[in-house]
Amino acid sequence: MEAILTAARLSLLVSVTATALIALVGLALAYILARRDFRGKHLLDALISVPLVLPPTVVGYYLVILFGREGWIGAPLYRLTGWSFVFTWQGAALAAFVVALPLMVRVSRAALEAVDKDLINTSYVLGKSEWETVRKVVLPLAKGGIMAGILLAFARALGEFGATLMIAGNIPGQTGTLPLSIYSAFQSGDDALAQTLAIILTIISGTVIYLAGKWTSSRWI
Amino acid sequence: MDIALSVRFKKVLSSNFSMDVSWQAGREIVVLFGPSGAGKSLTFQILAGLVTPDEGHLQLEDVVFHDSREGIDLPPQFREIGYLFQHYALFPHMTTRENILYGHRQPQGNAAASDLAAMLVRFHLEGLEQRYPGALSGGQRQRVALARAMMRKPKLLLLDEPLSAVDLAVRRSIRTELKNLQRTLNIPMVIVTHDLGEALALADQLIIYDLGRVVQAGTPDEIVHHPQNEIIAEWAGRTLVRGERSFSF
Repeated sequence: MEAILTAARLSLLVSVTATALIALVGLALAYILARRDFRGKHLLDALISVPLVLPPTVVGYYLVILFGREGWIGAPLYRLTGWSFVFTWQGAALAAFVVALPLMVRVSRAALEAVDKDLINTSYVLGKSEWETVRKVVLPLAKGGIMAGILLAFARALGEFGATLMIAGNIPGQTGTLPLSIYSAFQSGDDALAQTLAIILTIISGTVIYLAGKWTSSRWI
Repeated sequence: MDIALSVRFKKVLSSNFSMDVSWQAGREIVVLFGPSGAGKSLTFQILAGLVTPDEGHLQLEDVVFHDSREGIDLPPQFREIGYLFQHYALFPHMTTRENILYGHRQPQGNAAASDLAAMLVRFHLEGLEQRYPGALSGGQRQRVALARAMMRKPKLLLLDEPLSAVDLAVRRSIRTELKNLQRTLNIPMVIVTHDLGEALALADQLIIYDLGRVVQAGTPDEIVHHPQNEIIAEWAGRTLVRGERSFSF
């Protein structure tokens, strides 16, 4: 029982942290991709989306290259602070962030693009700035898709395994999230624990995906 | 005629469509008439500052909206224009009241409340304050859009196909309302239509567009009696001979 609670609590901490960041960063990226034209737009889009098609282990490998103790970003960070993403719950959250971000960006971008351009132009003609227009017109009209994107990203973060294993390892109580604990339990022959954890994860993820679908179909008009 | 609005611009949109137009208007109803794709709506977008012309000069009274030589290009927020999009572009998540107040410069102030009340009366919208656009008729939506545009006290009104989404039965009364509105406000009102009957019924000045150019400009009488080319003659002729009031492309 203790093992279940620990894994569930850790999974929640990792997924909620990753999802909170994804909601902010992902929405900003989605808006830029939906409403701006600039050089390198397709490159940025591809860069955000590539974790969708890469094996998570490969994403995890790149995260180690970038954020490991010897990594491009990780090494200076370690020298400055004596802290590293490796083998920490923050590392697990980073992995979940990168892997789940494209879901948020894709779904909310589609919702932002679906907002009628005439409504946005009308708001400008009525004297409102871009920021006011985003707040009062674009976000309220796209909120179904944005919420769906956040929920999908949360579900994906909750189920993250491969990239997490690469950068954060599988330390019970520290980085042993639900999916990793299922693997450990199964490996060590504790079938009952593996089964319980699998059922819990299925129920949570299933509920989230159901809600995401419901949100997407709730629209104005 | 005192010139209130002058419009002159060029805009290349693709290898086979470019615009090069020049016309002027007083404080009157000007109708831009022509087939779809002639550049009428684009003229509106350029006047409103939503699209930037390649070169030109746009001026309303003494305010220069755009001058490519001087490097002036006023953003849409600073052009005092009321712009009705073809399908009215009411915000679907806002009530009638919220839609109209959206146009107000200080929607929280005391002035806003009395301005709103006045608009509701003027555009016959009392009792519909809490309705969403989805629960309004075509004519009601148009009046909400007009009321919202009027909240900014515009010095120019642009109406894109204002009669296309309302029933034939109410068109005549809307035409009268639009004329009265223009006479009361005494500002230029520019109306886009591809329906000649509407154009002739509404216009003080009729400007005929085709393929991104002004083909002819004048009063409806001048155009009907002295058409500049055969196509215009044919439109006008049909209208006169058959007495049709709604011939369109």
